[in-house]
Amino acid sequence: MAELTMIEAINLALRQEMEKDESVFVLGEDVGYEGGIFRTTENLYDQFGKERVMDTPMAESAILGMSLGMAVYGLKPVCEMQFSGFSYFGFHQMESQVARMRWRSRGRYTVPMVCRMPYGGGVRALEHHSESREVYYAHTPGLKIVIPSGPRNARALLVSAIRDPDPVIFFEGKSIYRSFREEVPDEEETLPIGESQVVREGGDLTMITYGALTHRALEAAETLSEEDGIEAEVIDLLTISPLDDRKLSESVRKTGRVVIVHEAHRSFGPGAEIIARINEKSFFYLEAPIQRVTGYDVITPYFAREQDYIPDTSRILQGARQALSA
Amino acid sequence: MPRKKIKLDHQIENLSILNEKGKLDKDLVPEIDDKTLLRMHRTMVLSRRFDEHQLRWQRQGRIGTFAPAKGQEASQVGSIAAIEPSDWMVPSFRETTAAIWRGTPLTGLLLYNAGYNEGGRIPDDQNDLPIAIPVASQISHAVGIAYAMKCRGEKHLAMTYFGDGATSEGDFHEGLNLAQVYNTPTVFICQNNQWAISTPREIQTRTKTLAQKALAYGMPGLQVDGNDLLAVYAATREAADRARKGDGPTLIECVTYRIEVHTTADDPSKYRSEEEVEAWKKRDPIVRFERYLKTKKLLSDDDIEGIDEEVIKEVKGAWKEAEDQMKQLGDPVDMFDHLYAERPPYLEEQRQDMKQSLEARRG
Ligand SMILES: Cc1ncc(C[n+]2csc(CCOP(=O)(O)OP(=O)(O)O)c2C)c(N)n1
Ligand SMILES: [Mg+2]
Repeated sequence: MAELTMIEAINLALRQEMEKDESVFVLGEDVGYEGGIFRTTENLYDQFGKERVMDTPMAESAILGMSLGMAVYGLKPVCEMQFSGFSYFGFHQMESQVARMRWRSRGRYTVPMVCRMPYGGGVRALEHHSESREVYYAHTPGLKIVIPSGPRNARALLVSAIRDPDPVIFFEGKSIYRSFREEVPDEEETLPIGESQVVREGGDLTMITYGALTHRALEAAETLSEEDGIEAEVIDLLTISPLDDRKLSESVRKTGRVVIVHEAHRSFGPGAEIIARINEKSFFYLEAPIQRVTGYDVITPYFAREQDYIPDTSRILQGARQALSA
Repeated sequence: MPRKKIKLDHQIENLSILNEKGKLDKDLVPEIDDKTLLRMHRTMVLSRRFDEHQLRWQRQGRIGTFAPAKGQEASQVGSIAAIEPSDWMVPSFRETTAAIWRGTPLTGLLLYNAGYNEGGRIPDDQNDLPIAIPVASQISHAVGIAYAMKCRGEKHLAMTYFGDGATSEGDFHEGLNLAQVYNTPTVFICQNNQWAISTPREIQTRTKTLAQKALAYGMPGLQVDGNDLLAVYAATREAADRARKGDGPTLIECVTYRIEVHTTADDPSKYRSEEEVEAWKKRDPIVRFERYLKTKKLLSDDDIEGIDEEVIKEVKGAWKEAEDQMKQLGDPVDMFDHLYAERPPYLEEQRQDMKQSLEARRG
């Protein structure tokens, strides 16, 4: 057991999987010699060499396309897009190829690759470095979208992602990369992809969130308990696609009230899909309209304004109280 | 005769006019009037001091991440000074020196680096596109602008900047190819500063030069000493003349060096040696140019000192002004501005929601 940051936990997952399975490769811009601009791939180059830890030229499209080729041939590439905001240079590879190869080849070829990318705001970065646009990928059939909320689940989910037979996009919240440490066991730990977790139990309200905002949601839940005597159940999705309908239904049927919290834009965002699923499965258990607390439908502003863009606890509380009021 | 050499349209040359030891090739010196020479010098010094102050302010948390131009001043001023204000500049994210030459106020650059969208606004009388961060994404924009100029029958050109790393992106190749196919008046300035964050030039591409990539598109390419202002100017002048005459685009590779961090989020000691940096510091483009101006009797040591004091004052004044402007830009609901010509109703609703939330938060 060691207290690790999320960076260190991701590094641990990569190292242990590479030690265990020599078909696991890492590739991307600055991931090798330097160990990644966030240091998530630190020391892998020294330990595994430049054939397995590849410093690529700037070529997002080819990084993804090449990963597909490696995966089809039996390797397990873990590639990195330096920031999710630059992944669009390779979007066509994701959409037209990575997501479709199993389907197009009628199961003959599979693409067991992982694409890691930092997402989200809160670190005073430049344009394109703070977006939360996981729905572009979640909207693509054939891809799995995983978003951890801390060191321990990041490590366990990344191991599962590497072993998953299908392409997984692994979004890492920059604002929680180093913001806190958590006990992470040395011995192997995995978490099932496609399952969410109840991270706080409660019977009055269901709060659904994921990624970096999980922590703000939990803070808001504590305030609700102290100030309003309301016990919110907080669900950390962990996987955005495929969505864990069952866990959501269980909670909604218990509380009848829901608030969804995400950093992504509101329109056509993850919240919209979650509401639709709840309507389809548990509509008659609802006691009030479901509320969304999200990023606004504007291009993520430069950092002087980012804290006004990202939902904060006061906006989460507002949304929660709205869900409780009707 | 089954196998023979194919002669390509162009050959790759390297151009140097004023070398690091101060040796001058008099036959190649481009015609530049004294006033312009002095303005070039001042712009480089201003850019250098601006970088240094911004680094300090970044460490103090007053501004955010930015990409210093230090070391690349000559390759920026040499190129930008060779085109007209009526021509268009399409930058990437490291063209502080070129932006200053074009007239971008320091306050605007500071606002941008302090995280205010307003800082990204280009003054109305300037034909520049805003900073483009996704590497190489801006290259085809210059091709489109140049094509439009050509269609309108105007004698302008569009010049775009990008780095060595950018030449690996598909956008670079697609852009250059289209420029040649449509014979557009475009000038491509590659600032080969030897590094793309931690990736050295040799890992970026195995070609001997970056200039030769032009050959694949049937375009002339030229490599110049990027720390030699005269060479950069002469090369760009030639490319600009070609573009204006209707003879199409040119790729110029400026061989230079990023003396500073990639951005303030970067730690170069992880991947490059102090010796390498020191060796390049000896080829400082400003020192080299000052020596030239001194031999031409255009500048004295006293003048240089005076200019230095002046630009430092200007930089500090700009920060004061930027601070004032930041205070006036107090209302975050401006994030809803400039998204569409007309704000749709759902967005106006969100804007009102935001106003309410802000009031609730203020209590
Ligand atoms: C498409 C894209 N991928 C990754 C990045 C992150 N990034 C910013 S600058 C940079 C290196 C750019 O190198 P180069 O083109 O040589 O320009 P320089 O920074 O040296 O001026 C990288 C990888 C980006 N901005 N855009
Ligand atoms: Mg470079």
